[in-house]
Amino acid sequence: MRESDNVPLLEVRGLVKHFPVKRNLLGRATSVVSAVDGVDFDLRQGETLGVVGESGCGKSTTARLLMHLIEPSAGTIRFGGKTVGSAALPLKEFRRQVQLVFQDSYASLNPRLTVEESIAFGPMVHGTARTQAQARTHALLERVGLDPRRFAGRFTHELSGGQRQRVNIARALALQPRILVLDEAVSALDKSVEAQVLNLLLDLKQEFGLSYVFISHDLEVVRFMAARVLVMYLGRVAELAPTEALYTDSRHPYTTALVGSLLSMNPDRRTEAAPISGDPPNPIDPPPGCRFHTRCPHAEPVCAAGVPGLGMRAQEHWVACHMGDPMSGHSKAPARAA
Amino acid sequence: MADTVLDIRNLRVTFTGGAKHVRAVDGVDLAVAPGEVVALLGESGSGKSVTLRSVLRLHPEAKTRIAGSIVAAGVDVMALTGAALADFRGKTVSMIFQEPMLALDPVYSLGQQITESIRKHEPAVSAEAARRRAFELFEQVRIPSPERRLDAYPHEMSGGMRQRAMIALALACNPKVLLADEPTTALDATVQVQILLLLRELQRNLNLSMIFVTHDIGVGVEVADRIAVMYAGRIVEIGAVRDVIRTPRHPYTIGLLSTRAQGGRLSGNRLTTISGSPPDLANLPPGCAFAPRCASASAACREAAPAPVDLGAGHVVRCIHTAITA
Ligand SMILES: Nc1ncnc2c1ncn2[C@@H]1O[C@H](COP(=O)(O)OP(=O)(O)OP(=O)(O)O)[C@@H](O)[C@H]1O
Ligand SMILES: Nc1ncnc2c1ncn2[C@@H]1O[C@H](COP(=O)(O)OP(=O)(O)O)[C@@H](O)[C@H]1O
Ligand code: SF4
Ligand SMILES: [Mg+2]
Ligand SMILES: [Mg+2]
Repeated sequence: MRESDNVPLLEVRGLVKHFPVKRNLLGRATSVVSAVDGVDFDLRQGETLGVVGESGCGKSTTARLLMHLIEPSAGTIRFGGKTVGSAALPLKEFRRQVQLVFQDSYASLNPRLTVEESIAFGPMVHGTARTQAQARTHALLERVGLDPRRFAGRFTHELSGGQRQRVNIARALALQPRILVLDEAVSALDKSVEAQVLNLLLDLKQEFGLSYVFISHDLEVVRFMAARVLVMYLGRVAELAPTEALYTDSRHPYTTALVGSLLSMNPDRRTEAAPISGDPPNPIDPPPGCRFHTRCPHAEPVCAAGVPGLGMRAQEHWVACHMGDPMSGHSKAPARAA
Repeated sequence: MADTVLDIRNLRVTFTGGAKHVRAVDGVDLAVAPGEVVALLGESGSGKSVTLRSVLRLHPEAKTRIAGSIVAAGVDVMALTGAALADFRGKTVSMIFQEPMLALDPVYSLGQQITESIRKHEPAVSAEAARRRAFELFEQVRIPSPERRLDAYPHEMSGGMRQRAMIALALACNPKVLLADEPTTALDATVQVQILLLLRELQRNLNLSMIFVTHDIGVGVEVADRIAVMYAGRIVEIGAVRDVIRTPRHPYTIGLLSTRAQGGRLSGNRLTTISGSPPDLANLPPGCAFAPRCASASAACREAAPAPVDLGAGHVVRCIHTAITA
């Protein structure tokens, strides 16, 4: 399968996930967490799309929705132009194209399986013969920097964090997917080991023609890995832009605060004031209108009244803020065209 | 030393509970002056938390062998027992953690916990006076509507607020030394900055001495006067923040600073890495523990643990090849 260059590999539209939380005596949900609430984005062939945002903003839920590990409450995902779950692209066929690597590599590897068994498991379930699966496993172990003679027979608890994460990456690659969703995949690693794994991911992407959705709360790592970055706040997209534009010319006040929270590494230029105050609000009862208005230094009455749409404010630069919309009535919005 | 509030000398901590003995801290010397903040920087397992916990004698006595000396505000910590140790904890030296639930009791309101801590250490203080001090502490750590929040339980607060409450509790009895074990690591970026600024302000106003454990160099730069870099249970480099950041001389520090995926770097270019991984503490190599990963290592490095080399102005490095790294 080969898409023409202008069809994105993945098109995500109107993705919503509401989790019921509290229940009354009849078992009916009395409140919901709107974990993901109308998320749109594309993933292009061969690109790395970074996803950033504070804990609880819906990054992992988005990842699980992309993998179809959980059912969306609403929204569609197209892969190579075909709707996932339709006759043209059954779920099972889609699933092997997208693999997930997450932070907690302990939890994601079965403690009773050896490294080789964990990696070969997926292909064997999909019908690959044992000897062939083993051969591929050894090649993959080699590729992720683990000598198969030393590591194939080991169990999870006999590996360091960095080694476990390499095994997870090898396991994800065993099904020859097109897309890897990396959810905080290097966050638990020490900096010296993290750099090794990031380099490995760069190499593998080239070699296997992969596309990455790279989720992290670490803005520096995302800046290094991603071509474009999606910023989430309380289940919604705040901003989506080419990486350098996002870091140097952010248009959403939340992105500006996030980037402003990066520490300088310069003893002569320590941070003197926090860009914003307070904690992110509870997603069970998110603020109306712009969800950021309770912390936003530019909030005006219109911000609590209406939800700002995601609009293109510059080349490939999408922002959901009333300040960018001439029609919004925000005093800092650009004047309407005559 | 007259100008030292906390003086740790040749601290060695070995855990003897498992099949193999784990030498977690292997000869740490660290002196902290009044009002000084030292960042203790290192990767997971390098012995940062074990060092801090030693100062409060929090290790399980039966399964830990601990040697060396620790003197805090004139008190010989190693000699403390029973009631004296309980009084020392929180009053002379206090600690905050990454996970506030380690310090906070889920079944008592925050106000109850703070007043109880005050009255335990200062029995003469009345309940009302203790409550008043708790209120002032909540104001100091900038918890909004402090009166109401004093009656809240830990689980009713957001992560950043819980962190503030834990700081209030740690400061309740006016300690001289505050030990901070990655208090901002689990926080979101926008909240981390707020807590770092708060800690910096409180530290200055109260003239606290602090050891601030972190694995994030950026955090160390924000809060510390000096940085001490730990590797496999030893401080391999220590000095003023500017010196360690701008002219690091231990190959491990140099490596650590250059592996960072930082903004200035061209995205997508390969990162500089330190090969290999940290050593197994139950199986340490003789000599310099970093030698197996070090590009400058020679035969001599593998023979004996390098002695401290004083480069001047308090910049001390445990490496025999500081001539190469200059
Ligand atoms: N009670 C204990 N029994 C046995 N080993 C222990 C004990 N406490 C700590 N260790 C070991 O001592 C070493 C140092 O641990 P320490 O908690 O100081 O690391 P750290 O530098 O704080 O790391 P991190 O960044 O992960 O918090 C580790 O190998 C750890 O597994
Ligand atoms: N299974 C679930 N049931 C209820 N709430 C959930 C569930 N999974 C996630 N959530 C909630 O949805 C929100 C988004 O979570 P998540 O996607 O894990 O955030 P992130 O990965 O960005 O930290 C959070 O408030 C979280 O508590
Ligand atoms: S819409 Fe209003 S509240 Fe939201 S980010 Fe823009 S200015 Fe701030
Ligand atoms: Mg997550
Ligand atoms: Mg620790």
